[in-house]
Amino acid sequence: MASPMKSMTEPRATPMATDTESRVETLTGSQIIWDTLVHQGVSVVFGYPGGAIMPAYDAMPGYPIRHVLVRHEQGAAHMADGYARASGGVGVCIATSGPGATNLVTGIANAMMDSIPMVCITGQVSSTVIGSDAFQEVDFTGVTLPITKHNILVTRTQDIMPAIRQAFYIASSGRPGPVVVDITKDAQQGSCEHRYDTSPIRLPGYRPEHHPVPAEIAEAAALIAAAKRPIIFCGHGIIEANATGLLLEFVQKTSFPVALTLLGLGGFPATHPLSLGMMGMHGEAWVNTAIQEADLIIAMGMRFDDRVTGNLKTYAQNAKKIHIELDPAEINKNVKVDLPLVGDVREILRMLLPQVAKRNCDVWNSHITELKGDSAVREIQSLPDNGSLFAAHVIHDLWRYTQGKALVVTDVGQHQMWEAQYYKHDHPRKLLTSGGAGTMGFALPAAMGARMACPDDEIWVVVGDGGFQMTACELATCAQEDIKVNIAIINNGFLGMVRQWQQFFYGGRYVATPIKSPDFVKLADAHGLKGLRVTKREEVKAAVEAARSFKETCIIDFRVEQEDSVYPMVPAGADLDKMIRRPVPVGAISELPSEEAPGEAQKDVPPHNPIFETGKDH
Amino acid sequence: MAQGESSTLRHFVAYVEDQPGVLNRVTSLFRRRCYNIVSLNVGRTHETGVSRMTFAVEADEDTARRIEANLYKLVNVLSVEDITGKPSLTRDLALIKVNVGPDKRSEVLQLCEVFRARAVDVDTDTLIVEITGDQSKIDKLVAVLTPFGIAEMVQSGTVAMTRGTRGDAANGAAQQPPSLRTIVAA
Ligand SMILES: Cc1ncc(C[n+]2csc(CCOP(=O)(O)OP(=O)(O)O)c2C)c(N)n1
Ligand SMILES: [Mg+2]
Repeated sequence: MASPMKSMTEPRATPMATDTESRVETLTGSQIIWDTLVHQGVSVVFGYPGGAIMPAYDAMPGYPIRHVLVRHEQGAAHMADGYARASGGVGVCIATSGPGATNLVTGIANAMMDSIPMVCITGQVSSTVIGSDAFQEVDFTGVTLPITKHNILVTRTQDIMPAIRQAFYIASSGRPGPVVVDITKDAQQGSCEHRYDTSPIRLPGYRPEHHPVPAEIAEAAALIAAAKRPIIFCGHGIIEANATGLLLEFVQKTSFPVALTLLGLGGFPATHPLSLGMMGMHGEAWVNTAIQEADLIIAMGMRFDDRVTGNLKTYAQNAKKIHIELDPAEINKNVKVDLPLVGDVREILRMLLPQVAKRNCDVWNSHITELKGDSAVREIQSLPDNGSLFAAHVIHDLWRYTQGKALVVTDVGQHQMWEAQYYKHDHPRKLLTSGGAGTMGFALPAAMGARMACPDDEIWVVVGDGGFQMTACELATCAQEDIKVNIAIINNGFLGMVRQWQQFFYGGRYVATPIKSPDFVKLADAHGLKGLRVTKREEVKAAVEAARSFKETCIIDFRVEQEDSVYPMVPAGADLDKMIRRPVPVGAISELPSEEAPGEAQKDVPPHNPIFETGKDH
Repeated sequence: MAQGESSTLRHFVAYVEDQPGVLNRVTSLFRRRCYNIVSLNVGRTHETGVSRMTFAVEADEDTARRIEANLYKLVNVLSVEDITGKPSLTRDLALIKVNVGPDKRSEVLQLCEVFRARAVDVDTDTLIVEITGDQSKIDKLVAVLTPFGIAEMVQSGTVAMTRGTRGDAANGAAQQPPSLRTIVAA
């Protein structure tokens, strides 16, 4: 919806303030679609035309909305998703009936899994032929029923405006999610009297808000006061609820350490001394160990996904668990909790803050610091110096050369985990990634959507050679629409994450994972875009700088070590603290700083923080 | 959803908007979350635009809470109540067509009387018996009629209603059908 310039504290999807101009006019359904979108504050839509949505497209010129013509509707859905993640507003995509609509499905499911507010407008065959297997008829409300927060089939012109208003309201309120509005061709073609309605939306069965009672807040405060080994989980909900400031305040008061989920990254500053980094399958060893030793977990806006917990039977056995969550259906779904606080995390933190005392957690925090001594990440320093480029180096350098300020959009696979480990995000909405669904092909189109929301950000796509090819057609969209993003292809010649599982769990049989790619530099060139290739670490800096200096989208083909793996790793379903570590090459140990002669440590040397010790910085 | 050891038969009552596709939304939710529906009934209520559903599900306490919460997330679901353990009436209706001619007819009718079932149709070689009651009562009648030969039978889903005063806000949210006219969401 609204332009990203709008204050983040404003509720989403507020219709534009009192429109004094608005009067009753006779409009076509197609015009009503655009008029309603404009009133919802929409300034950009991502889409692709076709028969059943042609009336709507025909009416589009004349409305102050930019249309981005994609190359595949999946791209449109991911762009709307990326726009929503980056702006905090609602993203909008549009497609025709049948195959146009079904091409959106992956993008819709992806948005559903990550609770992203999105409105998808699809054309449908005329109401007179619905159910007759008409040309390009697909029962799209049927198809999307399980992957949308709600969907609406509109068969009458006068129902278009209320349906779109409801869609925006439902998509953006409570736990956000995608909403499909499927509009028949005859409803678009028909006319009716129209005046944008600003009255409250009537949805008698929809009550998205929940509020905890004061007694529960007091109970939480008591658990917090009694905790000796507490840990806070920062999830996506912290970012969605714009609660990052309050979380920081809470941490400053309590000195509780913070572990983050993949989608929570950026919800708490990575460079804060109490940030532990990402938890779970590819979380740091010390984070997962701390979770297993904790006596109190305060989970905020997260849902205990299996990638976070590992084996549920042995998960955080010693901890009392407070679960702050907006969706009551998430309570006790995966992990049984002692105290659920159902409601908006921002409101709950606001209620909780005055009830917690200022305290320190020195014993526990210094214990966790000791655990860091046993870090796996810093073993990156012992990566063999065989002249190869390592993905970890690329990401680490990218973080340095962008001063950690870029908006990074990642795809799915090894590179995604390396990005999460080595790019330290201090700000919310600056890492966009497909978490719940793990949708390859997400990164490029999502970054293009983010570009529409954040015209001034430096945007980097971090993508694998496999995933990039799933939506690489959108390069043509970048060229046509003058959309500038920087694309770092972490090219390892493999479907790397699957190859890693084959190496660990399938006897090293690399079935269908070696992947051949086109010459990405030539591919960029063919689109009139820029392309560069990097094979050595010392070339990284110049390439990054060149990419940012081009006004066009630029691809950098980083030829990285082919059979590197993401460490540490908790195998699926294993105990959280039973991690596979990076094998340390013989002779490398002595080069680790921790092996320095004891007593040499100087007072003015900052405390050991392995997150930052990722390889020799040039 | 894996069923815990303490899985029992639970009854829920829900009010939903009487709109096309709402039943589909509810059953799709049950299918998607692997909730095990034993019986489902939908019908109109005295409040226009509001239907009432009764469903019986095998679930433990935790799953029951999530079924409720997930149903609430459906935009067209107005209210949900788990009435398991509350004083309530549950009823099924069955029609049973028995292969019985004039010779054994009175014997069957006598059995029906014991079960307070009624004969609702008689033909030369068949008799249709109607019975309302809970499932175990119907099962017993079926057992005693089986030796005569059952030609066909049909059974409704369970309908349920809590006993006593309606509208007790604390523990009977679903007893009062919500009037659509009075509710505004935002
Ligand atoms: C659409 C889709 N198909 C398949 C997968 C399964 N999958 C997960 S990671 C991965 C490999 C990704 O390879 P690449 O894009 O080269 O990234 P890398 O792991 O090598 O960094 C695959 C196939 C997926 N997540 N999404
Ligand atoms: Mg790869």
